[in-house]
Amino acid sequence: MTHDHDHDHDNELDPMAARVRALETILTRKGLVDPAAIDVIVDTYETKVGPRNGARVVAKAWSDPAYADWLRKDATAAIASLGFTGRQGEHMQAAFNTPDTHNLVVCTLCSCYPWAVLGLPPVWYKAPPYRSRAVIDPRGVLEEFGLTLPADTKIRVWDSTAELRYLVVPERPAGTEGFSEEKLAGLVTRDSMIGTGVALTPEAA
Amino acid sequence: MNGPHDLGGQMGLGPVAPEIDEPVFHAEWEKRALGLTLASGALGAWNIDESRHARENRHPVDYLSSSYYEIWIKGLERLLKRHGFVSERDLAKGRAVDGAATPRRVLKAADVPATLARGGPCDRPVEAPPRFKAGDRVVTKNFSPAGHTRLPRYARRKEGVVETVHEGFVFPDSNAHGEGENPQRVYTVVFTGKEIWGEDADPTLTVSIDAWESYLEPA
Repeated sequence: MTHDHDHDHDNELDPMAARVRALETILTRKGLVDPAAIDVIVDTYETKVGPRNGARVVAKAWSDPAYADWLRKDATAAIASLGFTGRQGEHMQAAFNTPDTHNLVVCTLCSCYPWAVLGLPPVWYKAPPYRSRAVIDPRGVLEEFGLTLPADTKIRVWDSTAELRYLVVPERPAGTEGFSEEKLAGLVTRDSMIGTGVALTPEAA
Repeated sequence: MNGPHDLGGQMGLGPVAPEIDEPVFHAEWEKRALGLTLASGALGAWNIDESRHARENRHPVDYLSSSYYEIWIKGLERLLKRHGFVSERDLAKGRAVDGAATPRRVLKAADVPATLARGGPCDRPVEAPPRFKAGDRVVTKNFSPAGHTRLPRYARRKEGVVETVHEGFVFPDSNAHGEGENPQRVYTVVFTGKEIWGEDADPTLTVSIDAWESYLEPA
């Protein structure tokens, strides 16, 4: 893909498209950015780094108690052992859901998100409604995702205010005994690893 | 700063509106905005804390009415100007008119995978023993700095319990302003919903923040 013509279908009147293209043109002309490097960055987050990474971590934790223990104690190393490292995954922590506690991750101050295991954050994660309400009305937020928790389930909200990045490990669904890690990974949704959902049941998958 | 980005507990901002099967990008320009932001960061002129502050330090109407990639581009233009890589004239003309500062490096396509895989670890050794241990009751400070901070307003002067003692991390409040990394230990501190939001809070709710040591005092 060359960058010279890959914007042609953009609406030329869109002010942000014009603004970004002008900035890229200026920086490229000054030799400060390599458009081909931008292509590689985009391709990385479109096709290589995404929530399938995190699903593999969760599926392994469900299948292998020793791995789950490692993930609990040193998530960065346990996740790196599967090849998932780098930007916005440098310092990882795992938050395990239990029958009585549900974990929910937010960044009220910006958009901190564990890119290495979940990819780029969805728009709603970065937008003011989620960031403002997750810490004060998590049940109301979860209802908007179609998730109603029992009234006595404890909710722990993790506000990512520093450089630690959180991966929620949802509970393993019932009826999945004997499933391979690959099959289990298919039940692990992105939202279940943020805490705005739970893992799929085998019937729903 | 007590800026528009510090959103925890604000009301009236509407429903979350999750999008089914959301694409990674919603427009071609968002792809370039992401790439430009990361590639420009690789110039080596600023750090993540300065870049966060450049995005956040803006009028609330501007911040709240901009999409996240818009905020990134506005922040990026500010950083590029501040560090001499682009000028107002360049931006006004939409092409390179003025010269540019010399960058430490330019990110080449071949180096992208290794650069992304390396990331930018922010942990740093801290000699002093931790001031707090797991289980300690602590109170967050109350302050309103004009500059960058990572202590949200909703969590100021609140009493909580240290859950985890982490290693040292770069201190954003100084690092954002070119005043050095000054690493401090970080603690995960847990608060009850009632402590933060009052009597009507969800009784099942606890909220944690990750707090640098200087944000905390013994309770």
